[in-house]
Amino acid sequence: MTVAVVLFLWVIVIALGLVAIMRSRALFRSGFKAGAVDFLRLLPRLTIGVFGSGFIAEVMPQELIALWLGPDSGLAGTLIASAAGALTPGGPMIGFAIGVAALKSGASAPQVIAYVTAWALFALHRVFLWELPMMPARIVWLRVIASLPLPFLAAWIAMLAGRP
Amino acid sequence: MASSRRPGPLDWSTGLILLLVAVAMAIVYVRDGSGKFLEILSSDAWLFATMLPNLLAGCLVGAFISLLLPREVVNRWVGSESGLTGILIASVAGAILPGGPFTIYPVAGALAVMGADFGAIVALITSWSLLGYSRALVWELPFFGVDFVGWRVLLAVPLPIVAGLLARPIGRALGWKAGEP
Repeated sequence: MTVAVVLFLWVIVIALGLVAIMRSRALFRSGFKAGAVDFLRLLPRLTIGVFGSGFIAEVMPQELIALWLGPDSGLAGTLIASAAGALTPGGPMIGFAIGVAALKSGASAPQVIAYVTAWALFALHRVFLWELPMMPARIVWLRVIASLPLPFLAAWIAMLAGRP
Repeated sequence: MASSRRPGPLDWSTGLILLLVAVAMAIVYVRDGSGKFLEILSSDAWLFATMLPNLLAGCLVGAFISLLLPREVVNRWVGSESGLTGILIASVAGAILPGGPFTIYPVAGALAVMGADFGAIVALITSWSLLGYSRALVWELPFFGVDFVGWRVLLAVPLPIVAGLLARPIGRALGWKAGEP
């Protein structure tokens, strides 16, 4: 699956590259150069981010975070779940692993949905290490502000739907 | 990508995280010994190696898009006059664009510099975060199973549109114009 996603991504790169080279060689060269420069510029952060996440996740008390997510899916419970989501560091496995642990230890589904949603939207390490270096800063903050209600909305919709 | 206002390779936020990482590394080493330390290091190294091609691809896609996509097209589809349609287009694009954060942020950054509307950019990133299939299939599904993930994603479908619609008045209240870095 992962391989398929990577392949699809490179198919897009090759297609864009072909379109560029058909227009002019210079266009292709400047696109390739700009992309490579961005890549090199981001490399130090990626190194810190990936190697750091593994160690921070190891040190972090995962059971404790899972405990925060109780059966209470009221406003306070959802607020705690959202804050926990924003503060959860680590790669894609960590947030989902904690969510599943919480679900197994009796947390309500809307709360876990709020947690996973907040983590997907606001995980602080992702905002600082990856989003800010790659995008204009004010758009990053605008996005964060505009997304603040979403974990609550997600929990609320889940409660209304009575699913999952 | 916004090359005009980009922090250098090391700024205060990176420094802070670097400090956190150093503390975490020290704790693991002292608490769990060098065996565990090396185990984490090698699994991180593997993850790092698998991410490199994605990051390179993401940067190239962002760079080529900003060169190839005519400004008029960006303006018409996701520009400041694009209304709800722009937000819908961005939401669909975010859900189908492959790859990790290394793809979406360079592309969104490129679109932002080219004059795309705030609401559309916010919808793009929100949609990728909540509906993106690559993360859901590769990471979320093995943990939560089809039922939970299916409902989670289905119930999240309106959320990128909400975020996009909220972003517009907020950006306007702050006096921002699309396309300014």
